[in-house]
Amino acid sequence: MSLSRIKSKHPFFFQVVLFLFPFVLLPILDKNIYHIDLLTSVGIYVLLAMGLNVAVGFTGLLNLGYAAFFALGAYTYALLNLHWGCPFWIGLPIAGAVSMVFGVVIGLPSIRVRGDYLAITTLGFGEIVRISFNNLDEWTGGPNGILGIDRPQLWLPVFKGGFHWKLWSFSVNPTPYFYLVLALVAVTAYLLFRMSDSKMGRALVAIREDELAASCMGIPTLKIKLIAFGLSSFIAGIAGAVFASKQTIVTPDSFDFVLSVLILAMVVLGGMGNIWGSALGALVLGTLPELLRGFAAYRMLLFGLLMILMMIFRPQGILGGQLIRRELASRQKEADHESA
Amino acid sequence: MLELFIQQILNGLTIGMVYALIALGYTMVYGVIQLINFAHGEVFMVGAYLALTVMWIFASLFPGAPFWLVLISLLLFSMLGSAVLGAAIEKIAYRPLRGSPKLTALITSIGVSFFLQNAVMLIYGLKEQSVPEIIPDVRWHLGDLSFSLIQLIIFATSLGLMFFLSWFIKHTRTGKAMRACAQDPEAAQLVGISVNQIIRTTFVLGSMLAAVGGALFGMYYGSINFHDGYLAGLKAFTAAVFGGIGSVPGAMIGGILLGVFEGLGAGYISSEWKDVFAFLLLGAVLIFKPSGILGEPLPDKV
Amino acid sequence: MNLLEVKSVSKNFGGVAALKNISVKVNDREIVGLIGPNGAGKTSFFNCVTGLVPIDRGEILFRGALRLNGLPPHRILEAGVARTFQNLRIFKHMTLLENVAIGFHARTKSGLWDALLRTRRLKVEEKKIFTGSRELLAFVGLEKHGNDTAAFLPYGHQKRLEIARALASGPKLLLLDEPVAGMNPQEKNEIIALVRKIREKGIAVLLIEHDMKVVMPLSDRVIVMDEGAKIGEGLPDEIQNNPRVIQAYLGEG
Repeated sequence: MSLSRIKSKHPFFFQVVLFLFPFVLLPILDKNIYHIDLLTSVGIYVLLAMGLNVAVGFTGLLNLGYAAFFALGAYTYALLNLHWGCPFWIGLPIAGAVSMVFGVVIGLPSIRVRGDYLAITTLGFGEIVRISFNNLDEWTGGPNGILGIDRPQLWLPVFKGGFHWKLWSFSVNPTPYFYLVLALVAVTAYLLFRMSDSKMGRALVAIREDELAASCMGIPTLKIKLIAFGLSSFIAGIAGAVFASKQTIVTPDSFDFVLSVLILAMVVLGGMGNIWGSALGALVLGTLPELLRGFAAYRMLLFGLLMILMMIFRPQGILGGQLIRRELASRQKEADHESA
Repeated sequence: MLELFIQQILNGLTIGMVYALIALGYTMVYGVIQLINFAHGEVFMVGAYLALTVMWIFASLFPGAPFWLVLISLLLFSMLGSAVLGAAIEKIAYRPLRGSPKLTALITSIGVSFFLQNAVMLIYGLKEQSVPEIIPDVRWHLGDLSFSLIQLIIFATSLGLMFFLSWFIKHTRTGKAMRACAQDPEAAQLVGISVNQIIRTTFVLGSMLAAVGGALFGMYYGSINFHDGYLAGLKAFTAAVFGGIGSVPGAMIGGILLGVFEGLGAGYISSEWKDVFAFLLLGAVLIFKPSGILGEPLPDKV
Repeated sequence: MNLLEVKSVSKNFGGVAALKNISVKVNDREIVGLIGPNGAGKTSFFNCVTGLVPIDRGEILFRGALRLNGLPPHRILEAGVARTFQNLRIFKHMTLLENVAIGFHARTKSGLWDALLRTRRLKVEEKKIFTGSRELLAFVGLEKHGNDTAAFLPYGHQKRLEIARALASGPKLLLLDEPVAGMNPQEKNEIIALVRKIREKGIAVLLIEHDMKVVMPLSDRVIVMDEGAKIGEGLPDEIQNNPRVIQAYLGEG
């Protein structure tokens, strides 16, 4: 298959590979552990930003408590691992599912509510989760959190000394985590592209544009909004499990309102509704604090200023707020070609 | 037993007055431009710090000054400073976004909130700042109940300001213009009201009330922290919605009631969970009764 | 056959009676004009029929059997009632094709899983949706603009887009709210022809309009509202000479 054919027949696969492949080479070319570790953290931010983008960017549901869903995923894996020795690969989807369930439960009553009220309700939820994790000492370890969480483990085939399987564990070395996060980002981006270029994706945008008209045109707005909210929470849960397995410690104060706002800023900075935009926003806001180490005290100040300036001068973000420009011309050609 | 109950109510009423002062700012701004002014809690916090600064100035320059002089000075200074701050925020951050979607303005207001919090932290430091005791510790006792001078001052100042505001809105030209803008800004403009000016006035008034609340808050609790605005702001917003967003008497009632409920909750349940209680109430009100006690439902125009 | 039957419907908005005991019937393949002075309650009527506003009293039946009142708007659309809006509610940042594609939402079954896994069902439906959308754009005369963003379209074209989008749902009854407002005479004639084409497809039309030069030639029957009540009903000629109607308008139309 020629390159241009792959590009037109599988545009999303092509894009994802194009933009993410360079990162595969990174640990090979740059052996700096600090860089790899930083980019792994950025990668988790990218996941979170993409996830929040589904609710905020695509559908227009302002979630100011996203950190809570991240926390729920992290604590789910941590608790499952602590009490039942649950391995990472099983804990991962369960964490996603738990976050998703909470997302749907919180969403059910809140989503009927007006946009700015939904923002405050989710903010409240975020705080309730954080405070609860902080206060329920017997179950969540309180302010000290949960320690000693297991890292992911893999059975790897070994050929030396006769073929057998060896259990290999992730370690403090960030490189395996880097590849894990990279893979998750690739899969998530790919799936989100597929979703956006479908009836579901269009429905989300229609709801964001004009919910009333959307419902009059046959879109069951409540159900679709719940799906968006649930999907968004699921992604946060997955990211949470990965985070817990990397840090091996979870504490409530990692999941505060400032984090929720930070992820929101990433989505907005990159361009609401734009999948690569979220990744870009995460990259910028994730690395900037490290680059500006000397200005650590001014971080919130600059962050606040950034948000103000962004909304006044470029509310559509760096990459602009629109979905992928579908090449309908080529699709039309395709449709004509196939019906001929 | 009964006395504990009444004491909790008294204490709750005290903090409720402060919440009411802050809530008024939220409700008035939402009434005119339908914006949840996230930064309003920070104005409250700045008011507290401005008052603290005045106390420090007096302490170093005029240590013998009588307490009522210090009190009046710090109240005036807070009000002045916050009025300027409120007008500046409105002009720089919100007015350029007047036609934009509401979520844009909400995000901006979060940005302003972060900015102010951090600015104050940089100026005054990370640690909790203790507020000097300006008001003499005079208490009146009735059995086991106690009521302090500070509480009296809070009651008097808050109620006084609330009455003044009610009178202002009802009887002055500006007040009537504010009500007109809240109901129908286009029509208000057509009859010659300068909507921009009214919006600015609304911000200024709300900020002044919040700042007084901050000053009183600082004196009552004896210490302040740059993060106080966030929490107090959210609770006051809860109160404003509870009373009916856009309704001035609603904000007053909501604030006072929230203070009482919180006081009872802290006394009888636990202080760790009282914030959760406030947030749950917030969620419940927003979901089940968004128009609040005294508010009117805002219909969607088709 | 009775397509739409509105029986003694009343609606109050905080003391103001928007609809007063109004009864209306629309039959299969009819074009019914709904006229009346501003504030008569015509758009409120549409809002009640399409489920945006709950009624206080009365009943709304569709095809004799289905009760519409109490259903959410998307279910009413599924039943076969589509509408356009007086204030134009197109999806500004989507292309024309995407706008019309939204209309197909209720007619297709794919969901999130189909989208994520790119199932055969999704691919088949997407093709049908886009083919259908192109056909509808051609039907309203906008085929050349499929990939244009809706916001940049001239007003008259946007109004046609809204009609195409409504038609995408395959309705049996189409409610048009002032479809020719703000158009020039030539555009209005084009819309008249379009409405007739719609009727030829077997779709009944109920239209609110102020321009008598459009309503009278088009309508089989005209219903007149004033202050929430029906004050006249009949053939266009009869209505134009009805003294009560003339009085209600006091020189309008």
